[in-house]
Amino acid sequence: MKILVAIKPVPNPDEKVKIKGDGSGIVLDNIKMVVNPFCEIAVEEALRIKEKQGGEVVVMMVGPKVGEQQVRTALAMGADRAVLVEAGTDLDSLAVAKVLAKVVESEKPDMVLMGKQAVDDDNNQVGQILAAVLGWPQATFASKVEFLADNRKANVTREVDGGLETIEVTLPAVVTTDLRLNEPRYASLPGIMKAKKKEVKVLELSSLGVDTAPRVKVLGYAPPKQRAGGGRVASVQELVEKLKNEAKVL
Amino acid sequence: MISDKILQGAEYLIRDVPSGDVFTPEDFTEEQRALGETTEQFLRNEVLPHVEKLENHDFILLVKLLRRFGELGLLMIDAPEEYGGLELDKTTSLVAAEKASLYGGFSTAYAAHSGIGTLPLIYYGTKEQKEKYLGKIITGEWLAAYCLTEPDSGSDALGARTSATLTPDGKYYLLNGTKQFITNGSFADLYTVFAKVDREHFTAFLVERTFPGVKPGAEEKKLGIRGSSTTQVILEDARVPAENVLGEIGKGHKIAFNVLNVGRLKLGACVVGGGKCALAEGVRYANLRKQFGVTIGTFGAIREKIADMVAALFASESVAYRVGGMVDARLATVPKGIPDYYEAYQHGIEEYSIECAVAKVFCSDVLALVADEVVQIFGGYGYTQEYPAERFYRDERINRIFEGTNEINRMLIPGTLLRRALKGELPLQEEVMAAVGRLSAARGEPSSAPFGAEKALLRNLKDAFLVLAGAAVQRFGAKVRDEQETLIALADVAIGVFSLESAVLRAEKIAASGNAGQAGLAEAAAGVFAFQAAEGAVTAARRAAFYIGEGPTLQMLLSGIRRAGRYDASGLLDAKRKLAAATLEKERYPIG
Ligand SMILES: Cc1cc2nc3c(=O)[nH]c(=O)nc-3n(C[C@H](O)[C@H](O)[C@H](O)COP(=O)(O)OP(=O)(O)OC[C@H]3O[C@@H](n4cnc5c(N)ncnc54)[C@H](O)[C@@H]3O)c2cc1C
Repeated sequence: MKILVAIKPVPNPDEKVKIKGDGSGIVLDNIKMVVNPFCEIAVEEALRIKEKQGGEVVVMMVGPKVGEQQVRTALAMGADRAVLVEAGTDLDSLAVAKVLAKVVESEKPDMVLMGKQAVDDDNNQVGQILAAVLGWPQATFASKVEFLADNRKANVTREVDGGLETIEVTLPAVVTTDLRLNEPRYASLPGIMKAKKKEVKVLELSSLGVDTAPRVKVLGYAPPKQRAGGGRVASVQELVEKLKNEAKVL
Repeated sequence: MISDKILQGAEYLIRDVPSGDVFTPEDFTEEQRALGETTEQFLRNEVLPHVEKLENHDFILLVKLLRRFGELGLLMIDAPEEYGGLELDKTTSLVAAEKASLYGGFSTAYAAHSGIGTLPLIYYGTKEQKEKYLGKIITGEWLAAYCLTEPDSGSDALGARTSATLTPDGKYYLLNGTKQFITNGSFADLYTVFAKVDREHFTAFLVERTFPGVKPGAEEKKLGIRGSSTTQVILEDARVPAENVLGEIGKGHKIAFNVLNVGRLKLGACVVGGGKCALAEGVRYANLRKQFGVTIGTFGAIREKIADMVAALFASESVAYRVGGMVDARLATVPKGIPDYYEAYQHGIEEYSIECAVAKVFCSDVLALVADEVVQIFGGYGYTQEYPAERFYRDERINRIFEGTNEINRMLIPGTLLRRALKGELPLQEEVMAAVGRLSAARGEPSSAPFGAEKALLRNLKDAFLVLAGAAVQRFGAKVRDEQETLIALADVAIGVFSLESAVLRAEKIAASGNAGQAGLAEAAAGVFAFQAAEGAVTAARRAAFYIGEGPTLQMLLSGIRRAGRYDASGLLDAKRKLAAATLEKERYPIG
């Protein structure tokens, strides 16, 4: 089985990030980037499938060249090779999905695995749009993936509100991963050394002939509001009063 | 042919070094960075959540974690490829050691296994011995320990009493004696034991724990690193096959000491990791704890501590990796596959025994400062076990004791230098004469170029060191070896010079790299550290002068030192505030 895994570099969730003075984005200088945790789960799932039934795991990424570091992380975990489409960080979800679709068309995998969302923007869109662009079935928020009928179909268990839902998809399909699908492995030192020699094909965005003009415009970023300190109330009456008029929750 | 860019051991004391020639963390390869990340992630996810269990001696868990480290390839960094290892450079093992030091108990166990426990076998083992043991050791299937110390011989390691006697059939050595304070002692499968054949010839042996007559003693109750195992190893007619002699009979001291050189350097990297971790906890707390209505991180008193810690850690990190780079550059000149490969390799490491000792002493002293100040930032809570500051403080202490106490390592610095000079390996005498001339001559203003003041200071402190060393030899002759107070004072000057130079050259290199944000912080760190280092080196130099000189000589030395130590630290306060602000914002060590 050939699996294509899309990954995205995101700022290390343990880092404190700062918003630019003009609110146009976050300051990325000297911020450590990591593979989006949900994407790591997708890489892990692909590797497990390959370990079970053989095949190939190819990683794809759309973004700046520096993201090659995160691509190498996926290769160090065990992926076979990678395709990196060089682009800015300003593409919206639709543009990213269209670019990924081009890679999918040329690679012709049996399945695309990707994170359900990236922990930086939390958009939760690219997988769904990619399936639509390709005209493929989709199974999102997977917590379990099983293959049927000589790999022509898969049963995907999805985490939905209040329980699990199992659906059957015909392959090829796009599957996005949820947190409990697996626990990703660490990149081992021999893996890291091998990754150095694995192929990373770099493509120019312009060579793909995709219209990436943004349909979504980010107007601004703002930090979460600082928590204001608490105060004491003298009576139940005052409390009710404040809940009604200040907090406006009653 | 060794490029003249590669400094000889101790040559830094007699030469200016251009910043392009020093290795710094900015030079790490992608692979070294990736390895650092894997190691750190593993520690954060798999080790730190279990600290309490490990502190309470859950060594089954510790062994499991070490084996998982093995699965990640972290136990095979130094081992040759033909035995399944990766044979990577020392810098790679320093990165792993630093990142494994988020928890002291674990890092001690890891260092004992992969460093002093494994390296003797790699460096001195025969083909048969490596085939038998190395594969198990580098996967973690077997764990290793290094048994040198005895109850009556610690610093005086060669005074060991453990004896080895060949059985009449020539098949076994019977070992008798007790080894003391052995890290991984309770669970290690393979001990490298030093004993005297016929009570005379100091020799290393590969001893399996299950050999008849081998028994680990009780677990020590320690001040810190409680997550590591420390026991005696008791040998009562322990039957060791004759083929388990490691290296040559009577040459055990070479094994013991060469491995300690690497051990000291690695300890330098470990304490850098421990220091960064403690700093981050302290800074997070400073951002949370409120007194007088504001967070304590807004107070200048706390901010100054933070700045001083960051500056010292910057220097410490610069020292450890610079020495790693020196060793690697030299080892890269040893052609692989030559018959005496490890002999030449050892020679390459031994060349830097002075720098390894500097790294051990300096970096462990920096961790002591950091652990102490982090407790102070936590105030009363730092004194309780509710917060990790208390553990950092206890765990730190051992680093100034093992791998050769800091006293022994300090004395080794001028001791080795003088020995090399006597052997004609370093042109010390000529350099001393030249330095006397320079130090007594009037000198111009330091250049106003970036780091001009620091470089002038360095040049002058090197001269002061040389003049003092020369005066010490003149005063005491060969007996200077026994003048420990003087040796230690000289060592402190030499350490001050090396650490300051490492910090300054690295800051200069970062400035040249064009990363403005990092360059500003690195420059601030080098400046803050320069002030500390200059004050420290001058004090040590004055101490040495009073020990050595009398009358006019003393006056000459003191006035030379006064001139040498001049350093204009204008901007010190701004530099400290800048470092503190960046650290509080990132809530971690902000450089790199
Ligand atoms: C937790 C722990 C783990 C350890 N792990 C290992 C291990 O795995 N393997 C191993 O072999 N050993 C190990 N050691 C032993 C350690 O290396 C020794 O404790 C250390 O070398 C000091 O020896 P000592 O304790 O006998 O002190 P001593 O040698 O008795 O020193 C006592 C004091 O006297 C000073 N001193 C001694 N000699 C001189 C001198 N000539 N001149 C000036 N001052 C001197 C010392 O600096 C020190 O301050 C470990 C120790 C501990 C506590």
